[in-house]
Amino acid sequence: MRLKITAALSAALLAASGTSALATTITVATVNNNDMVVMQKLSKVWEKETGNHVKWVVLEENVLRQRVTTDIATHGGQFDVVTIGAYETPIWAKRGWLDKLNDFPASYDYNDLLAPVRSALTVNGNMYAVPFYSEASFTMYRKDLFEKAGLTMPDQPTYAQIEQFADKLTDKSKQQYGICLRGKPGWGENMAFLGTLVNSNGGRWFDMDWKPQLTTKPWEDAINYYVKLMQKDGPPGAASDGFNEVEALFATGHCAIWVDSTVAAGMLEDPKQSQVAGKVGFAKAPIAVTDKGASWQWIWSLAVPSSSKKEKVAKEFIAWATSKQYIDLVGKTDGWVLAPPGTRMSTYQNPDYLAAAPFAKQVLAAVQSVDPQHPTLLPVPYTGIQFVTIPPFQQIGTTVGQDIAGALSGGTSVQAALQSAQDSTTSAMQQAGYLK
Amino acid sequence: MKASPLQKLIVFVLGWGAALLMFFPVAWMVLTGFKSEIDAVHSPPLLIFHPILSNFTHVIHEGDYLGALGNSVGIALGATVLGLLIAMPGAYAMAFFPNRWTKDLLLWMLSTKMMPAVGVLMPIYLICQKSGLLDTLTGLVLVMMLSNLPIIVWMLYTFFKEIPGDIIEASRMDGAGPLAQLRIVLLPLAGPGIASTALLSIILTWNEAFWSLNLTSSNAAPLTAFIATFSAPEGLFWAKLSAASTLAVAPILIFGWLTQRQLVRGLTFGAVK
Amino acid sequence: MANAKPKMQHRAKLMRTWPLLTPAVGVLLLWALVPLAMTLWFSFQRYNLVDPTISGFAGWSNYKFLVESPAFLASILNELVMVAAVLVITLVLGVAFAVLYDQEFPGRAIARLLVIGPFFVMPTVAALIWKNLLMDPVNGVFAYIARSLGFTPLDWFTHAPMAGEVMIVSWEWVPFATLILLTAMQSLDRQQIEAAKMDGARGPQILRYVILPHLSRPITIVMMMETIYLLAVFAEIFVTTSGGPGHATTTLTYLIYQKALVAFDVGGASAGGVIAVILANIVALFLIRSVARNVDL
Repeated sequence: MRLKITAALSAALLAASGTSALATTITVATVNNNDMVVMQKLSKVWEKETGNHVKWVVLEENVLRQRVTTDIATHGGQFDVVTIGAYETPIWAKRGWLDKLNDFPASYDYNDLLAPVRSALTVNGNMYAVPFYSEASFTMYRKDLFEKAGLTMPDQPTYAQIEQFADKLTDKSKQQYGICLRGKPGWGENMAFLGTLVNSNGGRWFDMDWKPQLTTKPWEDAINYYVKLMQKDGPPGAASDGFNEVEALFATGHCAIWVDSTVAAGMLEDPKQSQVAGKVGFAKAPIAVTDKGASWQWIWSLAVPSSSKKEKVAKEFIAWATSKQYIDLVGKTDGWVLAPPGTRMSTYQNPDYLAAAPFAKQVLAAVQSVDPQHPTLLPVPYTGIQFVTIPPFQQIGTTVGQDIAGALSGGTSVQAALQSAQDSTTSAMQQAGYLK
Repeated sequence: MKASPLQKLIVFVLGWGAALLMFFPVAWMVLTGFKSEIDAVHSPPLLIFHPILSNFTHVIHEGDYLGALGNSVGIALGATVLGLLIAMPGAYAMAFFPNRWTKDLLLWMLSTKMMPAVGVLMPIYLICQKSGLLDTLTGLVLVMMLSNLPIIVWMLYTFFKEIPGDIIEASRMDGAGPLAQLRIVLLPLAGPGIASTALLSIILTWNEAFWSLNLTSSNAAPLTAFIATFSAPEGLFWAKLSAASTLAVAPILIFGWLTQRQLVRGLTFGAVK
Repeated sequence: MANAKPKMQHRAKLMRTWPLLTPAVGVLLLWALVPLAMTLWFSFQRYNLVDPTISGFAGWSNYKFLVESPAFLASILNELVMVAAVLVITLVLGVAFAVLYDQEFPGRAIARLLVIGPFFVMPTVAALIWKNLLMDPVNGVFAYIARSLGFTPLDWFTHAPMAGEVMIVSWEWVPFATLILLTAMQSLDRQQIEAAKMDGARGPQILRYVILPHLSRPITIVMMMETIYLLAVFAEIFVTTSGGPGHATTTLTYLIYQKALVAFDVGGASAGGVIAVILANIVALFLIRSVARNVDL
């Protein structure tokens, strides 16, 4: 009913104004991260070129996820373009909630997209979302502190080495902490890092029968290591530190080592945001017993919900926003260091970008090294590195994250925390029908 | 009995001390809005810094501040006026003509407010969707009004209770009908109470961040959505968030400033006692 | 007051009140019953927003999964602790401020506004500001003050997470209590205080025998309304600790939030909603009955 009215109204308006009947307004929902803010600004260029109009809904990540999921699952049709991650894309594609995105013009050059990124957004041979920017995890450290202490960070550190470095570089009297890691509970917060730590210890979330494996030795090793290290060398308040809090700590010079997302690199090297710009070194994500799943993958991508009534224009918009030309445009108008990273090979062959982004090589290596199809040492029935691509995972990851934060703050033992995590995960898997 | 100078001094110091302490976080927020991102996270905290305006221009430019402000004002006023119109007759009846169910009725009204919003998100969302109220001012005004109505009824009821029943009785004797009583007797006497209630309703609606975020996308998005545009992006954001918050808080704070005398003048019955 | 009742009821008979009551009661009835009925229905369904393969009648299983989860009991206790602590703090400070700002002093109007100021700040913003700018154990203002006085800064959200939440939420709600109680103070008959002073009563006695009785009804209102809003607190928890560490700050509302908007488990969230409504009503009844015994509503 409402649609009819809206359609009638807009038809009337169009007739009245006598403008080109091709002008369409699309609603784009996106995250409030820097790269998207730039897109919002540059979309004026697209509007001018095409005569269409974009309405923006820019929200904080968690709020956006709630809004978009509620709308898409109820076929609300409020959004024509949504910003989703590598976790949602395969799940939603299988539900038929997303339009296929295979028919962009040849100039789009699908083959230029980095292989791991493309495969993570592909289901049964069809792409359902296109990558806007992507990140992996790696090690960031303070070159100046390492030099002063006579330490060298290897290109591929082990977690044992990280601990040694952190021990040496911790000086709590100067509020200098050897290691900073996420501790705030959440599947996208502490569990993102811990997922890679567990993978690297040879662990997995589930065995081939979907039985939770949270009380196995790799989990115990990983969590014991994390809790011990953080209590010894970490900053106070770690159990409530998410990405932003840790970044603030690192940017104000309180951390010697930080293992986290590659997107942090651009911010830490920006003197307007960081007191340690120019002093930061980068290395691969640390490993324990295997390099499988030791670095995570996250892809912010654009997709068109199947409930959209303006899918043609919506597709045109996202083809533009993820194209080579768009990356060029950002480079030329806002500076190459701000070009969306981790999506296209051509970005990393561009001398302008390589000159502006000293971390480009490490980021490319990190993004290319991941294999979300085979994330663990032992076989698993799922894909995804720091997450498991099944619907109940958001809840499971968040609950387990809470248990581990409890162990980190010293409230419970690691063993008790993992037992509780195992129980709640088992219960959630039963409820979702994976376990009888 | 006059207070001694010492007592006066103590009251002055305590009064201002407590006020400054309570207000410090807000003041700090405003101050942070004028810092660069790097100064905002500086440790030790900076009191003296090079103030900049770019956070404000940035958030006004990026988010649709004026649109959000307009929506916030519209929703707050709409929900409050509508709420008062519906609540006043009910509160009046319960305060002056109570019967044995009045107490239970009041309790029941309040209990409707006890359902955690997030627990009924799906039903309300589906209802709004089916009736085309998603992302409309009308929808949000209705939802906000309904969610605050029990509070409004309750507050009006208690303010009305303060008015001696004899006055109403007297006006009834003079032949005034219920509406005339409301207009002639109640409004002047309970004016400050009604004003307090209205202001509270405006503030509660203004700050409500669950329905206003979940039932809007672009057309009806109020300031809470504007804030959600600037809270917790990747990277340092304290200064921009502070600037956005300052912009979101300022209108209602100024409004509070202008009405505060009216607001706490309270119920004065000296004339009738 | 006892002999006033028959008179009132007598009046009620003379006066048909239902036309006046209908609008308020009617819309609330709709608002309360329709969603509640839907919630009840959903709570017995297997209904997950992101997984349509989960469907059908669930029996009591949504309730069972919720009640058996280790967070459930903790969350109810946390909820009660938080509500009670914030209520006590806001009422004590609210009465103190009401008495204080009832006195004349230079700049009182501005001081009053400053005290009420926090109430205008949206919960998300309040939580972000407190967590990062004030309470951060490394970069925060509190830590700076503690260190310059020679103390080790308290690591709020690790060692006293609930106290941290209570502090933030209290800061938001003290202004509300102050506003209501101050308004009520204005109607206190000054001659009563003067008379008490003549009889030799001192500050605490005046408070106990003159001011508190006068404020008893507004205090009930404040308790009632704050309870309603405090039971629904979640932005502060979400921003600061996400319910952790462990389950230290997971309240029932937060647990339902996790079910509804993290797991998108509509069935489970609805079951939680039903339980929350029942609990909230028990709390409210208890509150009303115990507080209102001496106060004529």
